[in-house]
Amino acid sequence: MASTTQNVQFDAKKALETVSEQFQTFQILNEEGEVVNEAAMPNLSNEELQELMRRMVYTRILDQRSISLNRQGRLGFYAPTAGQEASQLASQFALEKEDFILPGYRDVPQMIWHGLPLHQAFLFSRGHYQGNQIPEGVNLVSPQIIIGAQYVQTAGVALGMKKNGSKSVAVTYTGDGGTSQGDFYEGINFAGAFKAPAIFIVQNNRFAISTPVEKQSAVQALAQKAVAAGIPGIQVDGMDPLAVYVAVRDARLCAINGEGPTLIETLTYRYGPHTMAGDDPTRYRTSELDNEWEKKDPLVRFRKFLEKKGLWSEEKENEVIESAKDDIKEAIKKADAAPKQKVTDLMSYMFEEMPQNLKEQYEIYQAKESK
Amino acid sequence: MREITYLEAIREAMSQEMRQNEDIFILGEDIGVYGGAFGVTRGMIEEFGPERVRNTPISESAIAGAAVGAALTGMRPIIELQFSDFITIAMDQIVNQAAKLRYMNGGKGKVPLVLRTPSGSGTGAAAQHSQSLEAWLVHIPGLRVIQPSNAYDAKGLLKAAMDDDNPVIFYEHKLLYKTKGDVPEESYSIPIGKADVKRKGKDVTIVATAMMVHKALEAAEELAKEGIDVEVVDPRTLVPLDEETIIQSVKKTGRLIVAHEAVKRGGFGGEIVSVIAESEAFDYLDAPIKRLGGLPVPIPYNPHLEKATVPQVADIIEAVKETVHF
Repeated sequence: MASTTQNVQFDAKKALETVSEQFQTFQILNEEGEVVNEAAMPNLSNEELQELMRRMVYTRILDQRSISLNRQGRLGFYAPTAGQEASQLASQFALEKEDFILPGYRDVPQMIWHGLPLHQAFLFSRGHYQGNQIPEGVNLVSPQIIIGAQYVQTAGVALGMKKNGSKSVAVTYTGDGGTSQGDFYEGINFAGAFKAPAIFIVQNNRFAISTPVEKQSAVQALAQKAVAAGIPGIQVDGMDPLAVYVAVRDARLCAINGEGPTLIETLTYRYGPHTMAGDDPTRYRTSELDNEWEKKDPLVRFRKFLEKKGLWSEEKENEVIESAKDDIKEAIKKADAAPKQKVTDLMSYMFEEMPQNLKEQYEIYQAKESK
Repeated sequence: MREITYLEAIREAMSQEMRQNEDIFILGEDIGVYGGAFGVTRGMIEEFGPERVRNTPISESAIAGAAVGAALTGMRPIIELQFSDFITIAMDQIVNQAAKLRYMNGGKGKVPLVLRTPSGSGTGAAAQHSQSLEAWLVHIPGLRVIQPSNAYDAKGLLKAAMDDDNPVIFYEHKLLYKTKGDVPEESYSIPIGKADVKRKGKDVTIVATAMMVHKALEAAEELAKEGIDVEVVDPRTLVPLDEETIIQSVKKTGRLIVAHEAVKRGGFGGEIVSVIAESEAFDYLDAPIKRLGGLPVPIPYNPHLEKATVPQVADIIEAVKETVHF
């Protein structure tokens, strides 16, 4: 029978508090663009710092243009990215070309900077198969749609890379919502058990569509979930590109040194809706919260940081904006020029070798299409 | 020829292939020193080591997902799923991932994985360890589904499955593991999508799968004593299905019985019957088609009830007589 009197032999609550206290947010640049953690400053050249800023500005423009192209009916499925630039681009910036990314559906920017041609990103949005034909030598899979499913696959990609003897890592992304999935736990546990060279990134943008992170889990920091798998976990300021960069850089070193996977939680925010398919964030978010997070904006703080160093200017920024717009125009033209999809294409891509029943159907549709 | 068991044939197919191809590895629960729930991988970790016979956490989604991921890096994983009932927990990775990746990537990615798993009743394993859920997988475009009924077919089809660049679901039957048959020592391949006529006959065709092939053959022996000549066709692979062999057989005999252990309602038998109904063999039918399948109930633990839920030899004999004397 359960005792009603206090007779505590082991203070489990205290143990939980002790764990929780260990998970402090790692930050290098504050909202004002000031370095608050000099010791952790990464050794990036001026050109590298400028490149990181260029990518964030470029991607913000890409997001704005993608939203309007979607509204014009010129793009299909689109999950807005504004607000998450530091989490997305600074994490990819810490990777090598040989590293393998398994993205979620909001992670198209990382794919682009990892080598996916922009017009293919647009074709993906339109549901054209050519969008997912990842070029040879670009280590990516197409964006995962099933929440968390990429986590277990990442464990396998990492094992495959280890077996192939490559000194590179498998990196995957999900959102805060993904951490409630069984696949999240299975993936980090499995990779941990085999010391697979993997990095599991959680972009905690505070909402799983409409459900706030506080309602998703009793955990204080999602990074704490790493403890259950026995792997390192770190919570970083996901609006701080330098902190994100350093966290991923260090996790990568751990992984390639055979020390196994790391879970990285980036605290971030998506300014836009969940996707462009009818989500209205005002139904679940207050404008006060939006304002609070916009003050943390990664572009604003990195711009301040770079301007103080004399590495950024309005002129530079405008150049990036114009070049992004030009690239987008070109890429849309290229996407428009892709051949219309045919039923026979779909059949061709089903199996490595076409089975008899598909051959028969193929001939029927080939005859129709040649008319 | 040398006789070995169905179980040994499967192990031999894997071992021979793994000696040839470094990219092949097995992953699954208790497949290491324990040798797998049914002993299929016994001795393999000693030969191939723990990286190629990877004993995993109890984590079906991670096993299937890691196999998908490893396959994307050029590996050729073999999953051993301890009981086919547990496919429910791996289903997302199989149905939404493995089966669709090649298609969704416009032919660019491939997922050459084999998922081996024991199905079927008859071992007293009860409701959650005895099902035959192959029809679920048959329904998914992008998968191949194989169901060998003897040691020879198991070895040759597993070799073909390992060579295939698509995800293959390879159903083993628990009651067949210890059955013996003639199996060549050297490696050989049986084409995926070729049925096998296990017994030639002229009066009635029985299309049977897995354990039911043996029950149909036993029934055929009994019926031969009464002058009824039964042909037994084993599709061996459900996807792709060798429709031609089945159609030709029915055109010859004019009578069809389909027998499988899976629940009759929504079972694969309905597909075979439909193939005949849509083919020229329909005109050759002299009697209504009969389907024999499991009752729509969970498999009972009680051995008498367990038997009562799936077709037995006596049921097949009775069905044949009704069909022949229609």
